Formats: sequence, structure tokens, C-alpha cells
Amino acid sequence: MTEAGGGAAVAGEVDDKRVEVFLGKMLRCGVLLAALVVSLGGVWFLVASHDVPQNYRTFHGEPADLRAVPQIVHQAISLQPLGLIQFGLLLLIATPVARVAFSVLGFALERDWMYVVVTLLVLALLVYTLTSRSGM
Amino acid sequence: MHTQLNTLEFTLVVALGSFVAGMLGSLTGLGGGVVIVPLLTLVFGVDIRYAIGASLVSVIATSSGAAAAYLREGYSNMRVGMFLEIATTVGAVSGAFLAGYLHTSIIAIVFGVVLLYSAYASTQTLADPPAGMAPDRIATMLRLDGSYPTADGMKSYHVRHVPLGFGLMYVAGVLSGLLGIGSGAVKVLAMDQAMKIPFKVSTTTSNFMIGVTAAASAGIYLRRGYIDPGLAMPVMLGVLGGALVGAKILPGAKVRTLRIVFGVVIAALAIEMIFQGVRGKL
Repeated sequence: MTEAGGGAAVAGEVDDKRVEVFLGKMLRCGVLLAALVVSLGGVWFLVASHDVPQNYRTFHGEPADLRAVPQIVHQAISLQPLGLIQFGLLLLIATPVARVAFSVLGFALERDWMYVVVTLLVLALLVYTLTSRSGM
Repeated sequence: MHTQLNTLEFTLVVALGSFVAGMLGSLTGLGGGVVIVPLLTLVFGVDIRYAIGASLVSVIATSSGAAAAYLREGYSNMRVGMFLEIATTVGAVSGAFLAGYLHTSIIAIVFGVVLLYSAYASTQTLADPPAGMAPDRIATMLRLDGSYPTADGMKSYHVRHVPLGFGLMYVAGVLSGLLGIGSGAVKVLAMDQAMKIPFKVSTTTSNFMIGVTAAASAGIYLRRGYIDPGLAMPVMLGVLGGALVGAKILPGAKVRTLRIVFGVVIAALAIEMIFQGVRGKL
């Protein structure tokens, strides 16, 4: 009985480790993809407006087109340089969110329901911050 | 820098500065994010809200980018990370909310104080907690105890003082959302000092948590229009590139001297932030 329990624990740890290594690779791919999209948009942006004087000294806030997920995706599809950069940044913000989403799956496979709930709570908060209307 | 740069010049200079910040942050283990906001506000005259937005993005990039290397070592405790992530994400939301109402001078002063603490904390060497402590009731209930590989095989540890750690993590989240930093120093304080988690486990778990916390704040900053693509682009690419190069040259680097130099730079920036904040210039 004890031996069976110990064996199960070791198997669980091995699975944990494999899941983690996979997640690590996924995160790295996500970051590289985001960096690629940001670079593409960035080069385009610089070619288009390199000699415009830049002023970040005074705060105006971004236009609505670059604030909400659907609008950013729309701007990126219509190949607006700034929209493309913002879409890349959105991909980057999504990498830790994806990591949390996969962890829900991982805990569910281990039948650890308490942590499925904990992780879902974190995931819900993350999704809420990205989609809430007011930007709080 | 009071001359007006055009977009190309500005982008290149910011990318270069961010690259150096990312490399030093990765070499010293302090993270590049802590110096991005002072660099952008004090040197480039960027409004602190834009600076925080760009810094948050770079924090996510370094956290997710380093995860692959950390996860391979297999030290991180996912249960501890996820449980404490409730506190940090709620904290991050509160901090980002506060940032919309506090005067930028106050944010600058708080930033300077936290920066000073980070510089001080980086000089402290942490000892692993003594082995053989009795299990903690709450930690057992939440199944937070774990084990990690050492030279003498797997070593198990008990997590202590869960409510205190949870509370400190909330503070770490608030600071992250308010200042656009990873709050690594406060997370280490919570996990190492309060919860008595072994150093290797707490560092790797904290790396994962930093990305999730920053993502929660970044969502709100994006919705508020604080994340400017033209500014965030060179900052993110610069910090990420610098961090990758830093990780490559780390084995042969003279880290001790670098840590001291970087610590002094951070302290100087912190004092300047506080000074400018008090004068109402930021």
C-alpha cells in the first residue's frame, strides 16, 4: 500500500515536470512570436514616421483603437503599423494567461479540484482585466 | 535630454538604454524592469504613466522568456505560486486602480522608496531555513508543502506563516500594479523570510508569478490607454534582447562587482526619483 502510494507520487512528479517543460517551451515560443510581430510593426512604423518629432512628455492616452482587444485585432488585420505593435504586445500579455489556463488543465488531470478552483479564479481575474469595459 | 529627437533617433536611444538595463538586470538577478521607469522618466522625460505601461510589458517579456530555463530545473512549486497569485493579481488590480487616482509625484516618491528597498535587499544574502520544522496547519490544508532536488537527493520542506505571506503578496501585487515593476524583492521577502520556502524554490516560483501579476496590471493599463506602442516597442525589444544576452554571458561574468555597481546606480536613481517627486517635476 505504502509502495503503491510512493510510486504514484513519483509518477505524478515526473508528469508535473514534463508538463512544466512543455509549458516553458510554449512560453518561450509565445514571447518570440510576440517579439517578431512587434519588430515587424516597429520597422514599418519607423519607415512611415521616422522624422516626426516624438513627444511622450505630456500624457494624452492612447486612442480607442489601441486600447481594447477587438479594436487592436482589427487594426492589426488592416495592417496598421501601430496596431500591429499593439497586437504583438497583446500576444505577450497573453503568454502568462495561457500558462495559467494550462495549469487549470494540469490540476484537473491530477484531480486536484481545490487547485482547479484556485487557478480558475486567477484566470477569471486576468480575463476580466483585459476585457472590462471601463479600464477601471 | 531636452533636445527634441525625431522618432527614429528616440526609438534607437531608448532601445539601447533598455538593452543595457535588461542585460544588467539579468546578470545581477535584479530584473531590468526596476530601472526602466527611472530611465524613461528622468533621462528621456517620458510621462510616468507611459513609462509604467512600457515597463510592465518588458517585465512580462523577461518573465515568460526566462520561464523555459527555470522550469527545466524543476524547482518551482505550482501550488504555492497559484495560491499566492490570487493575492498578487487582486493586488495588481488595486494598484493599477490607485495609479489612475494618485498624483504622478506621489507615484514617483513611492517608486523611489521601493527602488531603495530593492537596492538594499539585493545586498542581503539569504540563508535557507533550517530543516526539520513541524508542518503548519494551514499549509497542510492547502497542500503547499513540497520537495526539491539537492545534491543529496530530494529534500522536502514545510511552508510556514501562510496568512502573512499572502498579505505580503497582496502588497507586492499593489506595488507591481502601481509602479509597473515585477516586485521581485517583496515576493522574495514574502516567500523566503515569511513563508520559509527554500531560496531556489522561491526564486523560480517568483519568476512565474511576476509574469502573471504584470499581465493583470498590463490588461488594465492597456484598457486605460497607458501602453503606447511606439514607446513600448523599443523598451520591450531592448530589455528582452539584453536579458537574453545577459543570460548567455552570465557563467563567465564578474557578477559581484556588477551587482555593487548596479546597486549604486539603482540607489542614485531612487534618490533622484524621490527628489523630483517632492519637487513635483514628475
